Amino acid sequence: MKRLLTLIAALAVFFTCACSHIEDETDEAAENEEVVFEKDEEYYSALKDDNVTINVYNWGEYIPDGSDGETINLNAEFTELTGIKVNYTTYATNEELYAKLKSGGASYDIIIPSDYMISRMIKEDMLEPLDMDNIPNFKNIMDKFTDPEYDPGSVYSVPYTWGTVGILYDNTAFTEEEAENIGWETLWDERYAGNILMFDNPRDAFAIAEEMLGYDLNTEDSEKLHDAAELLTEQKKLVQAYVMDEIFDKMGAGEALLAPYYAGDAVTLMDEYDHLSFVIPESGTNLFVDAVCIPKGSVNKRAAEMYINFLCEADIAYAVADYIGYSSPNAAAFELLDDEVKEDGISYPDDEFLENHTTTFRNLSDEANLEMQTLWTEMKSSEEETPNRLIVPVFMALCVIASIVILIRRHVKKKKEIF
Amino acid sequence: MKKNLSKLYLALVMLFLYAPIFVLIVFSFNTTKSRSVLSGFTFDWYIKLFHNELILSSLWNTIIVAVIASIGATILGAVAAVGINGMKRLPKTIVMQGTNIPIMNPEIVTGVSLMLLFVFFMVRMNLEMGFVTLIIAHITFDVPYVILNVMPRFRQMDPNLYEAAQDLGCNGASAFFKVVLPEIMPGIISGFLMSFTFSLDDFVVSYFTSGTTQTLPITIYSMTRRKVSPEINALSTIIFLVVVAVLVINNVIERRNLRKRGVIK
Amino acid sequence: MKKVLAAPYLVWMVVFILVPLIMVAYFAVTTADGAFTFDNLAAVSQYANIFIRSIWLAAISTVICLVIAYPLVVILARINVSYQSTVLMIVMLPMWMNFLLRTYAWMTLLGNNGLINMFLGLFGLGPFRLLNTQGAVVLGMVYNYLPFMILPLYNVIVKIDKSVIDAAHDLGCSNFQTFVKVLLPLSIPGVMSGITMVFVPAISTFIISRMLGGGSNLLIGDLIEMQFLGNSYNPNLGAAISLVLMVIILFIMVILNQFDDDEDRVLM
Repeated sequence: MKRLLTLIAALAVFFTCACSHIEDETDEAAENEEVVFEKDEEYYSALKDDNVTINVYNWGEYIPDGSDGETINLNAEFTELTGIKVNYTTYATNEELYAKLKSGGASYDIIIPSDYMISRMIKEDMLEPLDMDNIPNFKNIMDKFTDPEYDPGSVYSVPYTWGTVGILYDNTAFTEEEAENIGWETLWDERYAGNILMFDNPRDAFAIAEEMLGYDLNTEDSEKLHDAAELLTEQKKLVQAYVMDEIFDKMGAGEALLAPYYAGDAVTLMDEYDHLSFVIPESGTNLFVDAVCIPKGSVNKRAAEMYINFLCEADIAYAVADYIGYSSPNAAAFELLDDEVKEDGISYPDDEFLENHTTTFRNLSDEANLEMQTLWTEMKSSEEETPNRLIVPVFMALCVIASIVILIRRHVKKKKEIF
Repeated sequence: MKKNLSKLYLALVMLFLYAPIFVLIVFSFNTTKSRSVLSGFTFDWYIKLFHNELILSSLWNTIIVAVIASIGATILGAVAAVGINGMKRLPKTIVMQGTNIPIMNPEIVTGVSLMLLFVFFMVRMNLEMGFVTLIIAHITFDVPYVILNVMPRFRQMDPNLYEAAQDLGCNGASAFFKVVLPEIMPGIISGFLMSFTFSLDDFVVSYFTSGTTQTLPITIYSMTRRKVSPEINALSTIIFLVVVAVLVINNVIERRNLRKRGVIK
Repeated sequence: MKKVLAAPYLVWMVVFILVPLIMVAYFAVTTADGAFTFDNLAAVSQYANIFIRSIWLAAISTVICLVIAYPLVVILARINVSYQSTVLMIVMLPMWMNFLLRTYAWMTLLGNNGLINMFLGLFGLGPFRLLNTQGAVVLGMVYNYLPFMILPLYNVIVKIDKSVIDAAHDLGCSNFQTFVKVLLPLSIPGVMSGITMVFVPAISTFIISRMLGGGSNLLIGDLIEMQFLGNSYNPNLGAAISLVLMVIILFIMVILNQFDDDEDRVLM
């Protein structure tokens, strides 16, 4: 009986896939994968009839949604398998996620913060400890990711993806020699004024400035933070726009020439556009891990753990890595990847590089966090063109004078009318 | 000469107003994702749009919220208008000034202030923001428009009518329903329509009070912040067509009514 | 008896309008722990340049809206009455499109590879940097809020008795004199409510500056949003900024109200 159910479920999955796919040879490959990786039906059907909906809050462009017609629609697959509905929403930065959680009022079941944000949330008691008995697929995670510094013993988080930060550039605008010399300082090069995009979140932007200055990426020293902010202010006049996921659109359409961004998204973009290339500066960069967590206040913890387990399934983790381009910490999924991807040096830099040229963010002290935020807002609000400053007070003064004059005139008029 | 000049001016303003919209529409039929080069004609983005569950479910949410909020606001506002009309001058002025607050307050302040209120009480009652808070927020910014639409109707109405009806043997309630209500009905209806469109279109207040619920404007916002797909152009086209259709129908009905009245006169 | 009917609304108003505003004020003068402080309000002055920029850009946009809308409305008011409502409808129609989509449309037009630069490229001009500038933000404001200027102006100007203008002409006024001495004074209530209806949303927007200003032309709205749901979480500071914004707007409204004591002003 159970076998029959499995078969029906598999057929249903296959059917929905086949329907949503544009007729294509890739269909066959996808279909094969569906058949090979059977899921533990009994485990996944535990909440089937409870009509549960989980709120998943994830980064934009961070899950296969079937929109390209080739990959699976991950959330739909999960609902198909478990009967649990997914209310999927997105954010653009760790800080936005933090603000949304901290401001209260919205409760999520799944969030995917980065390393430093996870340790901050652990410190502020914002996360639920996970019950690993409910996440058997945790065994698929590579050993080097199972006891991370940001979450000792993996009590609160299961790694989802990892990657590095590098520079995405338009290879039609650079000679080979120029391209070879692209480093963080290129983002301060006057020649590219107006063609540079920059991170729209304080931590990543400060890291680049700190890297330029040769400071530790986790420095809490007020003076060093000020130096970095100054460097960023200096860069401001060269920056076309501060963006996050808008980068897909802008770099793809050739709106800008240079943009620091995450390796995974760069891979996706390079797949789509030939004019884009990516370089990880030798001088050093940030290594990040994004991991799945359950925030405090989740009402469907069991379902959320099921979702985490689902994300750790070999074929699902493979689909994620394949679609979003980020590096997978999932050993079983890594096995499935093409050798080409494993060796291109972007998604999976060699251990020597990771060891010597990358730094992981740690959570900063509250004071340093606050200082960085304030400096960031100040930097972004700083004015390049100053002539406006005088005009406005004058304008306002004129308004006040005009209103007073009118008030008096009206008063006089009314008096006249009375007599 | 002068006439041509004003025609030219009108045409220029129209160009300014419509050019962006028509560009959006044209590129919704483009085969590639390019926003400046036309490469072929396709309906693919429309098909994709209708398979996009996120958009469909947020559209559904938007409609539910708009319907409930505008009905709620209309009832609350119309009843309030009757009450306010019966007030003396001073309290009336005070209440009407208060009614102006949500209209004149910047939307972001309304949104933020409601968010603070909801969070403050929700956290204490272990609730979360969602449909209920969205509807409350929408009613709050809708009610003033209903009141402002209904109040002028009282001014236009002959105050003696109500008394005349009572003199002719109607009791208070039936005099109200038979005489007053028909008089203020056009105001109630336009207030309702206005609330409905404001609710459908609201982004700022919803953004701060929606919790995890996604309405269409919120979904559109997150779409514009990511990899932009021509689906968004397709969506704009459909919304534009719906708006045109509604306004044309509305205009036709209005004209017919005007003509009828003209005939009676 | 009838007065009782207003009670539910009054309760609603107190709970969902007055109390939230009081809470904004409360948050503005307390720390995260609830202790009383003036630090937040003092910290707002740090962002004085953002306030100045917002007021400046909103003022420019308002003036441009007025300059575009006034002749348009005068032309509209002269059109044959039976076409008037149709033409007005066509002018107002874009306003019913979703605000975000309209702004997005300009994003695609103004880009370095956008249609405007492509078009200019045909004549060997450009590309100019149009997107991500203050000019783009002003353009976005004008485009989005122009209808808010047109409607109140139209409502007033269409009611002006044509014979008054004819009389001015008969009495020897030039066109310009008629405009300055007759039309303009009579249309002041419309001008004033148009200015408020454009200025208030323009000064507090956060979408337009984010989409068209590239994130480096922060406005007050962006600043508030950043404190509540954005990159620098600090609701107390956000409340303080909101409070200052409200005071500024209140001040401006008081000024504008001096020009306009028409109680029957028709809103939209």
